[in-house]
Amino acid sequence: MIEIRDLSKDFPVDGELFRALDHVNIRIEDGSIFGVIGMSGAGKSTLVRCINLLERPTEGAVLIDGKDLTQMTPSELRMQRRSISMIFQQFNLLMQKTCLKNICFPMEIAGVPGAKAKARAQELLEIVGLPDKANAYPAQLSGGQKQRIAIARALASDPKVLLCDEATSALDPNTTRAILRLIKDINRRMGITVVVITHEMAVIEEICTEVAILDGGKVVETGSVERVFSNPQTEAARRLVYPDGVPSEDGGRKVIRIAFNGGTAEKPIIASLAIDCGIKANIMAADTRSIDGKAFGTMLLGLPEDPADYAKAIAYLKKQSNVELEEVSDYHA
Amino acid sequence: MHSLLSSPQLAEALDVLSRTALTDIWETFYSTVLATFFAYVIGLPLGILLVTGEKNGIRPLPGAVMQILNVIINLLRSVPFLILMIMVIPLSRAILGTSIGTLATTIPLVVAAFPFVARLVESSLREVDAGVIEAALSMGASPMQVVLKVILPESLPSLISGATIALTTILGYGAMAGIIGGGGLGRTAINYGYYRYKYLIMLGAVVLLVIMVQIFQSVGTRLAIKCDKRITQKTRRKRRS
Repeated sequence: MIEIRDLSKDFPVDGELFRALDHVNIRIEDGSIFGVIGMSGAGKSTLVRCINLLERPTEGAVLIDGKDLTQMTPSELRMQRRSISMIFQQFNLLMQKTCLKNICFPMEIAGVPGAKAKARAQELLEIVGLPDKANAYPAQLSGGQKQRIAIARALASDPKVLLCDEATSALDPNTTRAILRLIKDINRRMGITVVVITHEMAVIEEICTEVAILDGGKVVETGSVERVFSNPQTEAARRLVYPDGVPSEDGGRKVIRIAFNGGTAEKPIIASLAIDCGIKANIMAADTRSIDGKAFGTMLLGLPEDPADYAKAIAYLKKQSNVELEEVSDYHA
Repeated sequence: MHSLLSSPQLAEALDVLSRTALTDIWETFYSTVLATFFAYVIGLPLGILLVTGEKNGIRPLPGAVMQILNVIINLLRSVPFLILMIMVIPLSRAILGTSIGTLATTIPLVVAAFPFVARLVESSLREVDAGVIEAALSMGASPMQVVLKVILPESLPSLISGATIALTTILGYGAMAGIIGGGGLGRTAINYGYYRYKYLIMLGAVVLLVIMVQIFQSVGTRLAIKCDKRITQKTRRKRRS
């Protein structure tokens, strides 16, 4: 089990301390796939680097199977790291070494004899589905293939934990799904605990069982994926769960639906509404297309509740040719 | 111009060069290679320390140590080579018992070149992707393993390019050593061209120097490209042409 206890991390920025992580508490059960999601800058990468102490926490403890990594000597820590593997967004393969040598690398560090390491590396190439790439160099591989080699390398030291730092963020959607399936498969077959750091909801939905939502260096919500995603309690969680068009919590908005019946697409109605009337409309949903230079479709707009502003916006929109509007009284996300 | 190329001068130049060229080339070659070798013996570890010893390096050293290191390197690099050659005469005497001769001139060459080499190595090592180093650390590699198994092999093509620059630069410096009694093509060029106004002989020696630099450079460039595995077959063909 991985236990992160009351962990904080400060970085000096321009002579002042910036708190990247603020009293984070997380428990990750053995064999689970635990997701940490947050916007960029929320502290995800710092958090994952604190788990293997690539970043040393300012306060708090990281316990793996009850042993506190922050109390270890450098050599004890190096030994411990062999059981915590990591894969990265940019793969971080050795560019001057073949795939086979890359996979052998963690074993080389650990002093595994060359022949034994090679045999194991070949096995791992089979597991990740690239048995014919042993003598290829990383520069000759696609992104997805590079990540497969990185995964094989991560498995070479028989780790108990696999940390994935935005491991699919540089990949296209199809490759992402394939890599996630591979990670899930590895988790099931080898019982490796997986920690997934991502900013993409889809990744969490695809493979995670538990999730923690990180916002501004704090864990704002944590629990099973279904519970957190079906009923997000905090603003940060809602932003992530409904990335486009959230029913905003301020309540101070009225929603109207406008339909375009072939007005000129060049005329930016929403922008001119802001400029001409000073009204900030919120596009909550839109399905429009331009056919032969004319705009067709509908759009859901959130307008300010202030009656004067609202009336002004309605009047302005009514003046536009080829635009129809209606009020949506019972709008729910 | 006409008199310069008239046959007696040309005949004399060819005569002198044919007698001296082989020894000169050999002396230039071995003093350059020897000086480059020892410059790397000192400069390579220094270059590694400059990168690993930084505040955010993999094995930080006390700030004062880094500062002293930088000052020494910058100091040595700012002394003009002609002056440095004279300044290290006592050192050459202490080490080799003499300050005259081809071997003796490798001492000032090494002193002049190792800070330069340290900077070359430093800039090559800095090219290594920080992510790759981080990956090695995450696997439990020690700082020594990171240097030997990651940083040096990953920067090998760049180190070879750097060594080529060092070699050709040291060859150029070595030509100056003729002034203080060093051997090689530089001595012939200075002795005949500067002291006796035999420009044609000087020109011949310079042409031979240029050819040597060309050979060093093209061998070095080819080697650097050949061992760079980031370059695939297709891009390699493009780079050569």
